Amino acid sequence: MSAPNSDYDPVQVTPLDPDQVARMVSDALAAFAAAGDLDALKEARLAHTGDRSPLALANREIGALPPAARKEVGQRVGAARRDVAAALAARQIALEAERDERVLVEEAVDVTLPWDRAPQGARHPLTTIQERVADVFVAMGWEVAEGPEVEAEWLNFDALNIGPDHPARTMQDTFFVENEDSGLVLRTHTSPVQARSMLTRTPPIYVICPGRTFRTDELDATHTPVFSQVEGLAIDEGLTMAHLKGTLDHFASSMFGAGITTRLRPSYFPFTEPSAEMDLQCFVCRGASVGDPDNPCRTCGSEGWIEWGGCGMVNPRVLVACGVDPARYTGFAFGMGLERTLMFRHGIADMHDMVEGDVRFAAAFGMEI
Amino acid sequence: MRVPLSWLREYAPLPDGASAREVAARLIRAGLEVETVDEAGADITGPLVVGRVLEFADEPQKNGKTIRWCSVDVGEAEPRGIVCGAHNFAAGDLVVVSLPGAVLPGGFAIAARKTYGHVSDGMICSARELGLGDDHAGIIVLQPDEAAPGDDAVELLHLRDDVLDIAVTPDRGYCLSVRGVAREAATAFGVAFTDPGVRPALDTAGVDGYPVRVEDASRCPVFAARMVTGFDPTAPSPRWLQRRVQLAGMRPISLAVDITNYVMLELGQPIHGYDRDALRGPIVVRRATAGEKLTTLDGAVRELDPDDLLITDDSGPIGLAGVMGGGSTELSDATTVVVVEAAHFEPTGIARTARRHKLPSEASKRFERGVDPALPAVAAQRVVDLLVSLGGAVQEPGLTVAGAVPSPSPIEISVGLPARVAGVDYPADEVRSLLTAVGASVSAVGGAERIAVVPPTWRPDLTDPYDLVEEVARLHGYDAVPSVLPVAPAGRGITPSQRLRRRVERAVAAAGYVEAPSYPFVGEADFDALGLPADDARRVALRLANPISEEQPLLRTTLLPGLLATLRRNAGRGTADVAVYEAGLVFRPAPGALPVPPRLPVDRRPTDSELADLLAAVPSQPRRVAVALAGDREPTGWWGAGRPASWADAVEAARVVARAAGLTVRVERDEHAPWHPGRCAALFVGDTLVGHAGELHPRVVAALGLPERTSAMELELDRFFPAGLAGVTESPVQAPAVSTFPVATQDVALVVDAAVAAADVEDALRRGAGELLESARLFDVFTGAQLGDGRKSLAYALRFRAPDRTLTVEETTAARDAAVAAAAERTGAVLRGA
Repeated sequence: MSAPNSDYDPVQVTPLDPDQVARMVSDALAAFAAAGDLDALKEARLAHTGDRSPLALANREIGALPPAARKEVGQRVGAARRDVAAALAARQIALEAERDERVLVEEAVDVTLPWDRAPQGARHPLTTIQERVADVFVAMGWEVAEGPEVEAEWLNFDALNIGPDHPARTMQDTFFVENEDSGLVLRTHTSPVQARSMLTRTPPIYVICPGRTFRTDELDATHTPVFSQVEGLAIDEGLTMAHLKGTLDHFASSMFGAGITTRLRPSYFPFTEPSAEMDLQCFVCRGASVGDPDNPCRTCGSEGWIEWGGCGMVNPRVLVACGVDPARYTGFAFGMGLERTLMFRHGIADMHDMVEGDVRFAAAFGMEI
Repeated sequence: MRVPLSWLREYAPLPDGASAREVAARLIRAGLEVETVDEAGADITGPLVVGRVLEFADEPQKNGKTIRWCSVDVGEAEPRGIVCGAHNFAAGDLVVVSLPGAVLPGGFAIAARKTYGHVSDGMICSARELGLGDDHAGIIVLQPDEAAPGDDAVELLHLRDDVLDIAVTPDRGYCLSVRGVAREAATAFGVAFTDPGVRPALDTAGVDGYPVRVEDASRCPVFAARMVTGFDPTAPSPRWLQRRVQLAGMRPISLAVDITNYVMLELGQPIHGYDRDALRGPIVVRRATAGEKLTTLDGAVRELDPDDLLITDDSGPIGLAGVMGGGSTELSDATTVVVVEAAHFEPTGIARTARRHKLPSEASKRFERGVDPALPAVAAQRVVDLLVSLGGAVQEPGLTVAGAVPSPSPIEISVGLPARVAGVDYPADEVRSLLTAVGASVSAVGGAERIAVVPPTWRPDLTDPYDLVEEVARLHGYDAVPSVLPVAPAGRGITPSQRLRRRVERAVAAAGYVEAPSYPFVGEADFDALGLPADDARRVALRLANPISEEQPLLRTTLLPGLLATLRRNAGRGTADVAVYEAGLVFRPAPGALPVPPRLPVDRRPTDSELADLLAAVPSQPRRVAVALAGDREPTGWWGAGRPASWADAVEAARVVARAAGLTVRVERDEHAPWHPGRCAALFVGDTLVGHAGELHPRVVAALGLPERTSAMELELDRFFPAGLAGVTESPVQAPAVSTFPVATQDVALVVDAAVAAADVEDALRRGAGELLESARLFDVFTGAQLGDGRKSLAYALRFRAPDRTLTVEETTAARDAAVAAAAERTGAVLRGA
C-alpha cells in the first residue's frame, strides 16, 4: 500500500480507474452467478469481497489519493462494493433456497408408516355409561349416592316393603352370605342405596344411584349373575307421577336423542305405589316400523317401544321405615338395567361380551360413551 | 295365565269388532302384562271335515310298518282312499280328515299324493297334527253320533280361538282367572261385567255335608265341601271343555279332573276332588308333625315339615293343603262318589310349603297371590253343577263350610288423593266410579271430601290409600299423566371421592390399560394358586350360602384372581400383548364370627343407635385398583425392537394412580405373595402401605397358566387417605414459584453395593443437595468388571436453580458435593472415578 501523497495523480492509480472498477464489479457478479452451490459461492465471495479481493485493495488505495480526488473515487468504489454485496446476498439467498429445497426433498419420509408404539387403553362401557347417566342427573342438581355391594338384608328388603315371605327373598334369587341367617346379602338391586339416602339425608332428596348388583342367574346370552343398575330417587314436597314422567322423558332424550320420550304402563313393585313399567320410545325408528313389515326395526322388534325399566311413586310404607314423613313428602323412584341399556343402545348381541373382559370389546368404546 | 277370548266374552260382552290385539292393548293399558296373543287354529285352513271309515285293509310294508288303506266317507258322492299309519280305530268310526288343499299347523299342506303304493286322497288327523295337544299315539276318534261325515271339523273341535297370555304380577292374583281378566276387560271397554263368582246362596237347609274339622283357622280361614254321588267315570269330557282347558295351558285328563281345573281357571279358586270311597273318616286340616310323610299325586314321597299345612283323614295325611293332593284319595276311573274341596288358605304359608317341596303347582301359584276368600262355596257348587250336567252325577244336599269369610277393612282416603299423587285432575265422581268398577264399595265419610272404600274380597292387595290411588290412575290411564320436569335444589355435583375415582380410572386407561371388570366370586383354590400363606389376611373371606359355583363360594378379598383370569382369557384368544385393569370393591370381613345386623322394625324409622348397629354389621368393602400385563408393553416395529412388559410397568401403574390422586408413592423392596420375591415392590403413601406391584412369582404364573413374566399391581385407594376414600376432601394446589434464572446442571455417577436401593440413593441426594436442587434424575445404571463384583454405578443428572439469582459455579458445586456426601453417608456411595 502506498502512503498518502499530495502530488500523486489519481489517474495514474490504475486500480481506481473507472473501467477497472467496473471490471471488478462485473468479474464479481460473473463469479457469483457462476457459483453453482454455496461452497462455490463461498470461494467467489472470498475472491471478490475478501480482504485481498481487487475491490478491497482498491478501497485501500483511496486513502493514498489527494483529498480532492478522494470524494469522487470513494463514491465510485463504494457504489461498486454495494453492488457486489447486493449481488452476493441475492445469490446466497437463491442458493440457500435451492439447497433447502433439495435437502427437504432428500429428508422426505413415508408418513403413512404406523406408529403404534404406545399401548391403547380403554374403559369399560359399563363404567362409562354410569358416569354418563350420573352427569345427566348432576346437571339437574341431583347427587350421586353409593352403597356397599354386600348389604344388610334389612336395607335390601325389609325397608323396601319386601316382607320376609316375599319370593325374592329365597336362595333361588338372592345370594346370601353364609349362613342364611347372617342378615347379609349381595344386594339384588341398588334400591338399598335409596334407603340409605333417606335414612341419612334430609329432604328434599334427589339422588341417582348407579352400581353393581347380584342375582343367582346363570350367565347366558341375556343374563348374568353380576349386573349393573342405575336407580333414581326424588323425595320432596308435592312430587307427583307427572314429575316422574318428566324426569324419565328428560333422561330418555339425554341418552337417546332429542324428542325421545317414555311411556308408562301399570305394574307392580313392593317399594312403589302406584308402580309402572317404563318403555322407551324406539330411538332408531321412532315408531315408524310399527305396522310396516317392509321396514322392520331390529332395535325395537318393530314394536316402536323398548322395555327399559320400572318406576313409581315411593310406597309410603318405605317412607315410614326410612324416616320420611309421608304426610309431608311424596317421592318417586325409577331404575333400569345398564347391561340391557347398553345392549340395545350399542347393538351388543351377547352378554358374554360384556362380562368376559376381552380387551377387544372395551377397546371399541374408548374413554367415554 | 292364558285366557281364551271366547271364554272372556262370556262374562264381558266386548264389541264384536274388537280384535284380540285390541283387547290385549286395552288390558296392557290397564296394567295386565299381555305377553303374547296366540291365534290358536289360525294356521289351519280347510277343508277339514268329519269322515267315517267305511273299511280298511292292513298292509305290511317292507320297512316293518303296517299301514291301513282306508275307504273313508267324507260326505261326498264317493268315498276317498286314504293311507293311515295309526291303528286305534275300527271300521265305522268317525275320524277327522284333512282333504287336499288343506293346510295344517306348521305350514303342512295336504295334497293327494302317492304313498305305499296308493294315492292317498287326504289325511286322517291326530290331535297333535291339529295343534290340539301332544297326543300323537293315534288319530282322533270322535264319539259315535257326535257328527256326520262331511261336517266341518274346525268348528266341531273348537280349533279356532284367540288366547291372551298374561304374566300376572304378584299383586293381581285375581287375574289368574278368566273372572278377573274379564272384569278388567269389561272396565277397559266400558261394558257390563257378569260376575261368575257371584251366585245366590245355596239353600242347604242348614244340612252339613262331608264332615270337616279345621284345626288351624289362621292358615285355613274357610273350607267348603260338597258331595255328589252316581258320577259316571266313563262319561267323556266335552270337546269345548277339553279345548278350553288345553288352550289355558293345562292337559285334559278326565271329565272330573277337567271340571275341577275348568272351575279353577274360570274363578281362580283351586279345587280338589276326593274319591269318597277312599276317604277314611272326617277331613281334618292341621299342621304336619315332625317325621310325617305323604305321597303326592306326582308319586313323590314328601318328608313333611311342622310348618306344612295338611289335609288329613283317619289314615293320616291325604294332601298338602293348597299345593298338591295325595295319591291315596285321588279321583280314579272308577270314582262315582266325589267330595269337592274348595278352601281358602293363607298365602305365605302356601308359599313356604310350595318352596320347601319345590312344588309350584297351579293351586299354590294362586293361593300364594291371594284367592278370593268368598269363593269356596260358590266354586264348589259350580263344580257340582258341572259334574251333574256333564257326568250324570246327583248332588247331595249338604254343604260344609268351616270358618267364615273374612271381611276386608275399609280404607279412608281423601277423594283428591289420587290427583295429588298422580298429578292428574281426576273428578271426584270418576274416582268413585273407578273404585266401584274395581269391585269396591265406596261411601262418603263426614264431608264430601273423604270417602271410605271397602275393597272387594278378591283384592287382598288393596290395603293402603296409595293402593287405591294406583287403581284410579291405571284405570283412568297412565297416558294421562303429564310430563313435568321437577326442579331439584342446586346440588353439590359429584363428590371429591367420586371425582377422584374418575380421575384415577381415566389415568390408568390413558396409560394404556383396558378396563375389564370381573365377577367377585373366588375359591380357596384361587388363594392357593396365588401362593398366599395360610395366615394371610386375604384368606379371611365372606362365604356365600348359595354360590353359583361350589368352586367359588367366596367373595374376593383381592382383585387379582379375576383380573389374572381375564388376562389369561385374552392371551388364550390370541391377544399376546395385554394390559388390563379393574377398579372395584373387595370384601374384607374382620376375622372371627360376623356380627349379625339387628332385625329392625319397618313401621317406624330405626333409632340412630339401631341404624348405627345395622351399618356397623356390614363388612368393610374398600375400593381397590389393580392392573395386570404381559407380552410386549411396546411392540416391535419398523422403528426397532419392542419392550417387554415388566415389573417396572406394574410399579409405574401405581405411580399413575397416585399422581391422579395428587399424591406420590414411595417404593420399597418387599417379599409378598403372589409376587416374585426379588421383583416385588411395596407401595407406600406417607407411612401407609397401600399395595404391591412387580412381576408375579414364576410358580403363580405356572399355576394360573399365565404368560411368562406376567406383572401386576394392586393397591387400595381407601388407604391413600386417613379417613378412607369416602373422606377425601379437596384443597387447592398451591402454585410453585417458577424461577426464570438459568439452570445449572451437574452429572454424578455414584458407585454403591448392588443391594442398595436406588430410591435410597436418590432420597439421600435430594436431602443433601438442599433447596437449590430442582430435580434429580437417574439416567443410567451400570454394572461391570471395573466396578468390582456386587457393585453398581448410578448416574444422576442434577439440576440446580435459585429463585432469585443466577447460581455461581461455586454454589452449584457445593450443593452437588453436599448431595454426594449425603449419599455417601447414607448408602456408602462413592463418586465414580474418585
